[in-house]
Amino acid sequence: MDWQALWLSVKLSCFTVLFLIPLAILVGRGLAYYQFRGKSWLEALILVPLVLPPTVIGYYLLVGLGNQSFIGGFAEQFFGQQLVFNFSGLVIASIIVNIPFAVQPIQRAYETVPIDIRDAAACCGMSRLRIFLKVELPMVWPGVLTALVLCFSHVLGEFGVVLMLGGNIAGETKTISIAIYDSVQAFDFDSAGMMSLVLLLFAVSALALTTSMSRRLGGHNGATQR
Amino acid sequence: MVPRSADLVCHISQELPIPLAANFTCKAGEVLAVVGPSGGGKTTLLRMIAGLTTPKDGHIQCGDTLWFDAQSSLSLTPQQRHIGYMPQHFGLFPHLSALDNVIAGLDHVPKALRKQRALDWLERVNLHGLPDRLPAQLSGGQRQRVALARALAREPSILLLDEPFSAVDRETRERLYIELARLKQQLSIPVVMVTHDIHEALLLADKMMLISQGKMLQRGKPFEVLSHPHDEAVARQMGLRNIFDGQVVEQDIERNMTWFKLGDELIVSDSAPALVNEQAIRWVIPNQGIRFNAISSGRLCKSINKLDVLIESVLVMGESSRVIASVIGIGSMFNADVPTHLVDKLGLQAGVQTTIALKSDQIHILNSPPSS
Repeated sequence: MDWQALWLSVKLSCFTVLFLIPLAILVGRGLAYYQFRGKSWLEALILVPLVLPPTVIGYYLLVGLGNQSFIGGFAEQFFGQQLVFNFSGLVIASIIVNIPFAVQPIQRAYETVPIDIRDAAACCGMSRLRIFLKVELPMVWPGVLTALVLCFSHVLGEFGVVLMLGGNIAGETKTISIAIYDSVQAFDFDSAGMMSLVLLLFAVSALALTTSMSRRLGGHNGATQR
Repeated sequence: MVPRSADLVCHISQELPIPLAANFTCKAGEVLAVVGPSGGGKTTLLRMIAGLTTPKDGHIQCGDTLWFDAQSSLSLTPQQRHIGYMPQHFGLFPHLSALDNVIAGLDHVPKALRKQRALDWLERVNLHGLPDRLPAQLSGGQRQRVALARALAREPSILLLDEPFSAVDRETRERLYIELARLKQQLSIPVVMVTHDIHEALLLADKMMLISQGKMLQRGKPFEVLSHPHDEAVARQMGLRNIFDGQVVEQDIERNMTWFKLGDELIVSDSAPALVNEQAIRWVIPNQGIRFNAISSGRLCKSINKLDVLIESVLVMGESSRVIASVIGIGSMFNADVPTHLVDKLGLQAGVQTTIALKSDQIHILNSPPSS
């Protein structure tokens, strides 16, 4: 069991959800509430990571964040740190790859908030922040939690993009998925089996939780309205 | 905050995204019913008054405070307007108890007083002993009362009600009519109520405004609009079915009377709008203006505006029956709702010939061109 790789994966998942979930709340709320030109294109763009092979995403991220790119050059010049083959690059890649896993459940959750409730909240004199904290968040939290769990577990098991962008540097970019691959390559099936079991248990628990959350969201907002 | 007992003045117009034009004043203590079919712009109008949607042009004013003015690009937020708003499906926060829902509208009251104030309001709307229930645990009528308590607890400048009775069953609705009628007497603010039900407007409103496809068709006191619709569109909106063509024979302006012909039959109306002899007109008579003769006794012998009719059908619909009768020799169809017990008493049934009398004071000549 490669504890260092497991710790790195957990750390990567934590950083990803920390940055991604607030962003996804903003985007998911906007997509659920507002109609604007180009909305379909934006929604399609958000879903792209779901259908593209991880190696293709990894390739574009490698090119887009590499030292020769504007972003990569900027990061190296101002922070003295390159983004590829580096933990911070992995965080950026994980955020991009997981956008659909975060935005979709939150958008769906916001779509269940009836306009009557939003109107009533505004007419009750609540500020926008108070409406978000006191009305919206308690109604959409199952969606937010689903997004959080999905992203966390997906980052934990991410392989292709991590390998393309981060390589296999122990303590820096070697996540648990890559450690499993390494163990198999080295015929260390005991270690690979143990780490795979950890990921399997986590994945099943995460899916059970998200399914339960989705059911709760469906009943929670609908049952009270009509 | 706007001073209490201020009138609401609303002049708005727009073509897009949906056409809407409305000019009206709703005085403090007055209930204005905005009536019209679904998709006619009623809810949009209410949302514009609330500040939830911005009209393209016009101004909205409550008392001395300008809420919206397109010319100066002024538009106060719903929070700044300090209104009481009850959406169609009540808009109760599903995760909060009835009490907390009412407290949510009390941010203008010191925190220590909010709970007691909310309990008082729940009492006032006759919702005893249920403050801890979630909206999902309440009946439709109870939810409506919580929403009304929340709207009124804000001590609003105006009260906006969007189809307040559409989401409750008939029995509850009847009870809530009485409660709202009672509450109306205690309120000294303008109340704007959107409904598609003419009956509700007649029952509860001091004034009504008919709106269809974004256009204001007519406004006035409900029974005035019912008895004197401007044109055929208004008459149809008011549920009037007996609209016919006619031709003016003579007018007596001094006695305020008009004689006109329906086919070969001469009809007299107690109204004399500016018309000329031989002019083709459209006229309407409400349900209560039609009297059926008793088949056996012939009670209508002294009445005027008598027409011989053949009863085509009698459709019993509970306490009321729909009687459809054609005028013999003319073919015009009269359509009247008659109490079922009266149908039995008068012996009305399909295939029977009888006489109807039209009350001259109920006949109204419309400002509509005759049908081609």
